[in-house]
Amino acid sequence: MTDPNVIIWLHNLNALTGGLFLLVLFGLVSVRQVGGCVRLFIALSLLLAASAFLLSAIYHTWHLSVVGVVDIATKVIAIPLLLRRVLPDEVYTRREVAQVLNIPTALLTALLLAIVAYLLSKPLMAVGDGIAIGVNLPIGLSGLLIGGLTAAVRREAVPLFLGLLAMENSAFFAGIGVAPEMPLIAEVSIAFDVLILVFVVGVLTRAVHEHIGTTEVGTLTALKEEPER
Amino acid sequence: MFHRVFFNVIQVVTTMLFAPLVSGVVSRLKEIVQSKRGPSIFQPYRDIWKQFHKDEVIPEQSSWIFRFTPYLVFVTPIFVTLLIPVLTDYPLFFAFMGDMLGGGFVLSLGGFFAALAAVDTGNPYGPVGASRTRMVGFLAEPVFMVVFFTVSFTAGSTIPYIVQQHWVTPLANFFEPSHVLLMLAFLMLILAEGGRIPVDNPAGHFELAMIDESKSLEYSGCSFALVKWGGHMKMFVLLCIFLNVLVTPWGLAHEQAFGAVLLAIPFLLFKILCFVVVLVVIESSLSKLRLFRIAEFLGAAFVTSVAAMISRLFAS
Repeated sequence: MTDPNVIIWLHNLNALTGGLFLLVLFGLVSVRQVGGCVRLFIALSLLLAASAFLLSAIYHTWHLSVVGVVDIATKVIAIPLLLRRVLPDEVYTRREVAQVLNIPTALLTALLLAIVAYLLSKPLMAVGDGIAIGVNLPIGLSGLLIGGLTAAVRREAVPLFLGLLAMENSAFFAGIGVAPEMPLIAEVSIAFDVLILVFVVGVLTRAVHEHIGTTEVGTLTALKEEPER
Repeated sequence: MFHRVFFNVIQVVTTMLFAPLVSGVVSRLKEIVQSKRGPSIFQPYRDIWKQFHKDEVIPEQSSWIFRFTPYLVFVTPIFVTLLIPVLTDYPLFFAFMGDMLGGGFVLSLGGFFAALAAVDTGNPYGPVGASRTRMVGFLAEPVFMVVFFTVSFTAGSTIPYIVQQHWVTPLANFFEPSHVLLMLAFLMLILAEGGRIPVDNPAGHFELAMIDESKSLEYSGCSFALVKWGGHMKMFVLLCIFLNVLVTPWGLAHEQAFGAVLLAIPFLLFKILCFVVVLVVIESSLSKLRLFRIAEFLGAAFVTSVAAMISRLFAS
């Protein structure tokens, strides 16, 4: 058994990872550029991997380190590359992304959602007995809600989709805290599912872009007679 | 007893002496980053000295507020210096006269009178700058409050001397998420309150874009020197609170000996120098925000501080 002091250190570092995870989620709601959104998503995935490594050291399970490695391989390397290759450059060079809500309002809403998530997870914490559940469950839950908010307020295809991916990341963030002995096959299959999802959405976005000349999917609700070039 | 009063005086003298130096180092480093030579780091002292020897011009329409404000702007940072740990890690004679909230009030009193004086002159640019400063101020206020309440909730006290002990005993406390998030929020607060670059350009001389500088446009001579010196000291005090209470509470004098207190001065200056390098990197790599984007910047600071609070409140 490891020294309890080391466990406390690891636990504190995991809590720090959780805090930064929450911060990056707030950034994902409020950053204006598409490139910035992608970078924040990479940071989010790196933090998820860091938390997985720390938890694998705390619980002594090699499963979680594999989860971390798979996470880095797919979400830090493959998905950003795929998004780069599939999407036109115009998406990345545009300065500002349209939003339904203005940014301070969106941020404050995200904050409210985080508080709600903390309140909701209070009774849920009795389910597990791990020491990491107090950090990972509420932050993962708030990530689910904030990712949903991101998907709701963004009018641009890529940030909208990154909000959905952030939801998936947060679900894993909560999952590795609640069930560290999760079968490996679940994580691996979901990781590849997500990869394929990115590919499909990327191709779809490209088709939308070629057809109507923009990726602002928020404007698709209005009817058009003739595609503007 | 006598010792503690004496050390308190040393703290005040340190603040008064070294505050212009910090501003000089910041501007010199910024020039070096831009491949220029820049003014000497002692330039702020020379400016203050020169201004003290000049005659003063006072607008005809102005009232007593205009003449009274420079003294207030000069004195309020000194008052705060009495309350916070600048050189020692044990409470000094005046430490229990007021807590961090009191210090915040005293500092904002100076800012309030500076804004009044800017309106008092009748110069059109003064009120513009004053109203902008107030806008930044009231957006920064909730951040300050949440940071303050989280810190005092965590440490169980509102006296800065007691708060600083909490984060480093044991050292693992330093990496608490609430602590790191609080540091980030307070850093953004310093950038906003000190008129640094993402919020305001301290080197800008274009009246329409000024925020902080335009309040002292009408001052000249002795009053201008006092306002400038007070501004340097306010920045120094904010840095002391940030570094000595929140970030790096090491290197402060632990014994009640004269030598130990004097030895703390180079440590403090070294810490400030490290922070100044970070500040210069921030200032050189970001551009100034548009006026209405400041709300977003401080909104982000607010969200950071509330995230720190909830991760502390709900920690199991």
